Amino acid sequence: MSHEDQVRLMTDKMASFVGHVAKVLPDDVQEKITQMAAAETDPLAKSIYETMHRNMQLAEKLDRPSCQDTGVLQYWVKCGTGFPLMGDLEALLKEATVQATFATPLRHNSVETFDEVNTKRNVGKGTPTVFWDIVSDWDGCEIYVYMAGGGCTLPGHAMVLMPGDGYEGVAKFVLDRMTSYGLNACPPLLVGVGVATSVETAALLSKKALMRPIGSHNDNERAAKMEQLLEDGINKIGLGPQGLGGALSVMGVNIENTARHPSAIGVAVNVGCWNHRRGHVIFDADLNATVTTHSGVEL
Amino acid sequence: MVEIRDGKKVLVTPVSAEDLADIKVGDVIYLDGDLMTCRDVAHRRLVEYGRDLPYDIRDKAIFHAGPIVRPIEDAAPGEPDYEMVSVGPTTSMRMEKFEYEFVKQTGVRVLVGKGGMGPNTERACREFGAIHCVFPAGCAVVAATEVEYIAEHHWEELGMPETLWCCKVHGFGPLIVSIDAQGDNVFERNKVLFNERKDEALQVIDEQVSFIK
Repeated sequence: MSHEDQVRLMTDKMASFVGHVAKVLPDDVQEKITQMAAAETDPLAKSIYETMHRNMQLAEKLDRPSCQDTGVLQYWVKCGTGFPLMGDLEALLKEATVQATFATPLRHNSVETFDEVNTKRNVGKGTPTVFWDIVSDWDGCEIYVYMAGGGCTLPGHAMVLMPGDGYEGVAKFVLDRMTSYGLNACPPLLVGVGVATSVETAALLSKKALMRPIGSHNDNERAAKMEQLLEDGINKIGLGPQGLGGALSVMGVNIENTARHPSAIGVAVNVGCWNHRRGHVIFDADLNATVTTHSGVEL
Repeated sequence: MVEIRDGKKVLVTPVSAEDLADIKVGDVIYLDGDLMTCRDVAHRRLVEYGRDLPYDIRDKAIFHAGPIVRPIEDAAPGEPDYEMVSVGPTTSMRMEKFEYEFVKQTGVRVLVGKGGMGPNTERACREFGAIHCVFPAGCAVVAATEVEYIAEHHWEELGMPETLWCCKVHGFGPLIVSIDAQGDNVFERNKVLFNERKDEALQVIDEQVSFIK
């Protein structure tokens, strides 16, 4: 296959995957929502979960985006240095975004800042966003596709705590955000927390944490314990579906962390709404694609 | 007008202040008739720049929402030329700073969105006879199938999400009443409870995360 044909093939596969992610929730989210619905006894909360389930079924049946807000596309790329299309990835992901915008269709969500004009193609200066991890001695490429609506983007927050605030300060920072902004962000939420040095390092980790499967845990024992403590604590607040009250609040809390400067604890929180449209695909050097998040999908 | 259909309370536009009198926070209702999507820029144009809305929403409903629509190919002149694909509510709180003036000037009766709104909207609901309701967010295909057709659209230059899409809806809901015409606000009530529970939860966590020693 010529290089040009390879680029075409991967572009088409990614455009098709983006469309699928917009319409069908990943297996882990569907399973968690079903479990959480079963835990509710409040009639209003139960009826909201029923509407959510009906929406999932209708979106798949009618082949439409499950939420109208299909976000500004983000691609989290983990690319092997030997992957044949490494140098083409940014351009082809942009092209795949335009293709998916018209084929799916996606909402037009790229507004050029300062000019304040919607590009009507979902691409603009710096959008879609591509985040890179480079892996040596590998010829494959993994990509997470993520679309977050404005609603669950609004609670995003980062700050730098003094060490005296400790991890108690981290917990307060996260829980304060849940009762102020979280209830408007389409709960039950998946909560991503970044713990590092500065706002940008913590913020990036907090979003990356949302790519992890629901129910997975941080490798560090204390961080994993804190994930569970935060999950239990936020659930006790009882935000319920849509923030209207219920037995539970969140699908989970995922913490990602790095080492920190001794004088600072950078902390950030990002949330994913219940309609958590995250997809993961692995390409080998021949561009065979394996989807890990959505069963039964072949690209 | 209010109709009871299959045991469900349905508001039919035009809606009067009297129609809203018996509706309380936490009630689940449905809507028939005229519903216009209306969000950030349209609110700003009306309230800050004094521009009239190009579509009369007096005694009707607005939806804080930016939909996905698709052009209908070969639409005959005068027939709907866009199809509603996916339309769920957006965060209503973004419109809070404009909503008192907005309701006052437009005479809109029903605001539909997601999440809570604040004191400006409570005051507007109380003074002018209006309500705010939540459509379960993220349920955009359910909502789209309750839109019969898009009758008009205005301010297309704002792009797909911000255009005013004037819809005819039938059985649109469930709509959970979050602010009633007395100004009672279920989200504000819940917030007090949530904050009390948060303080209790933090005490439990604090005892177990003293990692810096």
